[in-house]
Amino acid sequence: MSSPEKWTHPGPDAAPATAAKPTAEQVIAGLRATDEGGADLVQLLTPEGERVQHPDFDIDITAEELRGLYRDMVLVRRVDREANALQRKGELGIWVPLLGQEAAQIGAGRALRPEDMAFPSYREHGIAWTRGVKPTELLGIFRGTDNGTWDPVEHRFHPYTIVIGNQVLNAAGYAMGQKFDGKVGDADGEATICFFGDGATSQGDVHEGFVWAAVYDAPLVFFCQNNQWAISEPTERQSRLPLYQRARGYGFPGIRVDGNDVLATLAVTRWALEECRQGNGPILIEAFTYRMDAHTTSDDPSRYRLSDELELWKLKDPIERVKVHLVKQQWADQAFFESIEAEAEQIAIELRDYCVNLPDPPAGRIFSEVYAEGNPVLEAQRDEFLAYHAGFAGGEH
Amino acid sequence: MAAPTMDRSTSAAPAAVQTLTIAKALNNGLRASMEANPKVIVMGEDVGKLGGVFRITDGLQKDFGEQRVLDTPLAESGIIGTAVGLAIRGYRPVCEIQFDGFIFPGFDQIVSQVAKLHFRTQGRLKVPMVIRVPFGGGIGAVEHHSESPESYFAHTAGLKVVSCSNPADAYWMIQQAIDCDDPVLFFEPKRRYYEKGQVDTTAAPGPLFESRTLRTGTDVTLVTYGPMVRTSLDAAAAAEEEGRSLEVIDLRTLSPLDLAPVYESVRRTGRLVVVTEAPSESSISSEIAAKVQQECFYSLQAPVLRVTGFDTPYPPSKLEEEFLPDLDRVLHAVDRSLAW
Ligand SMILES: Cc1ncc(C[n+]2csc(CCOP(=O)(O)OP(=O)(O)O)c2C)c(N)n1
Repeated sequence: MSSPEKWTHPGPDAAPATAAKPTAEQVIAGLRATDEGGADLVQLLTPEGERVQHPDFDIDITAEELRGLYRDMVLVRRVDREANALQRKGELGIWVPLLGQEAAQIGAGRALRPEDMAFPSYREHGIAWTRGVKPTELLGIFRGTDNGTWDPVEHRFHPYTIVIGNQVLNAAGYAMGQKFDGKVGDADGEATICFFGDGATSQGDVHEGFVWAAVYDAPLVFFCQNNQWAISEPTERQSRLPLYQRARGYGFPGIRVDGNDVLATLAVTRWALEECRQGNGPILIEAFTYRMDAHTTSDDPSRYRLSDELELWKLKDPIERVKVHLVKQQWADQAFFESIEAEAEQIAIELRDYCVNLPDPPAGRIFSEVYAEGNPVLEAQRDEFLAYHAGFAGGEH
Repeated sequence: MAAPTMDRSTSAAPAAVQTLTIAKALNNGLRASMEANPKVIVMGEDVGKLGGVFRITDGLQKDFGEQRVLDTPLAESGIIGTAVGLAIRGYRPVCEIQFDGFIFPGFDQIVSQVAKLHFRTQGRLKVPMVIRVPFGGGIGAVEHHSESPESYFAHTAGLKVVSCSNPADAYWMIQQAIDCDDPVLFFEPKRRYYEKGQVDTTAAPGPLFESRTLRTGTDVTLVTYGPMVRTSLDAAAAAEEEGRSLEVIDLRTLSPLDLAPVYESVRRTGRLVVVTEAPSESSISSEIAAKVQQECFYSLQAPVLRVTGFDTPYPPSKLEEEFLPDLDRVLHAVDRSLAW
């Protein structure tokens, strides 16, 4: 429509514009675009469990280290599945599944040092695990008893951030502080990592975070988990360009790693953090992965994606390929796998018990810690409420 | 209202009176507007194939195509800012903000551009757009999904702010908001989405920017809007059993505030209780209290009381029953008012 003409009523025979159904070729092309990471994808362990070399990012990994990564992934998957089941039983209000993104998170999380800082979004249960946050500490958010109970300073793991993209700027500021404090410049330096999704890259905050980190040379690793979907919208709805290529426009490197490959993710993230510690940051990592479950337990993916797509990605399962490799190398035996299963079962039991026994917070929690220095108006409101509330104590309320 | 009335003969309603949920009434209302006016477009996150996270736009993309129902990139400033451009180009965009707490990334566009373009250009540019916001708590959600941010917008000149509370209003108000030549913030009571009511698709609706008395009474006036309308009506029914007669007014429009029926009511009852989920400090409820004491000073038998959410962040969901005004808190305020 070429002019801002006054709108008119549709004529009686005006046909409604309908979206054309995609052709079979388009469907297949779409599936491929989702599932292939392209020539630049850094991979060290194929979906078949074969170790492959990469000229820039190869790492030495011992049998013990690889078993450790395997254990991490199995345990966080078990936590995720248990929490998902707890939601289905009505014990949690909602759950945000991690399924399929274990390698991206364990690879990135295990690349961090204790003094590094991590800023998560809301799906980073695997990162939480690597920061020493107990899975039970995540439950309050989803059961509605709290907003996350871990100490962000102790764990160097920021609270989950639900407003898409907000944490990216907060991370940029934190990393600027590391730089201003002289913590950057040698191998002992500190770095910050910040997690967000492919959809988040459309937000102004993320763009601004890129600008800030770039112009202040902040030691910040931007870690985008491209799980192909932002609720119902595919990555193509956010960008015409592979996301890692955007970094160039801001003046820092962007790398796409196989996010279902824990070794590659570990290697690339280690390298990126090291660059940041030395003062060569920031860096964008796009972990090319897949959300194997719904966006949240409130979502219905059958409305927008084909089950074929999920089947394709199942073949790239991040845990299976490590298992195959461990077996092929004879780095793990049946007893090892069984012991991890038993450990996972134990964690699931603890999670379940903790969840169902989590007490509701006292009513006064509504008013606690709203301000650091107190506020007389709010305190008066609290006292009035608590007095009113006490009037019901023992009553029907 | 300056907008021309539309021929709605194309909106095929099988029966004039239907029983619908608020959600379905909104869906039907959007559909009727889109059928009546090819310049109406719907845009937002997940509004296409998914039909929005609450399914309010269900089926619209299938029937109107991807150019009229846009699954936008995930960026609220982008959604609202581009809608401004579309609006001044002659379209009538209806933006969906997925949850109340996510309107803030778009706040700058709303207060800086949406609200001010008409004034700045002295009427040369109109910005006829609607921003739909599912708002309020009571659904057991996590942070940022249960907020009542309407006062921010009522505070900004150049915006109109309305809130529906029942299916009939939902059906008509959304169409009237789309017809309006001014930008309208349209607040939908998300926890009431699945409550049912009758919608007469042929009876002419009342004006959009008018409040409405839903129940007459003689002892105390309750003024409310959105999700608290149901709560207030329930409170009035409970009060009746105790022999108290409460009048309930649904504001419907928060900016401009239509307080004439409220003044008239308070002059009869002498008592006013304002009920909102939003915190009370510097809010719509403050504004009502100030204006009513100014206009009805000699009629008031008791100070204007307010039953609201607290002046705290919205709490974790296990505490929202404590945070949200309920029937007991409304009746408690009624008691206090009558005891004065
Ligand atoms: C500012 C804002 N807008 C909308 C939402 C609602 N929302 C929650 S998650 C999501 C999709 C996020 O997709 P992506 O960034 O790709 O991350 P993913 O969840 O896939 O990991 C949306 C639209 C939100 N949380 N914040």
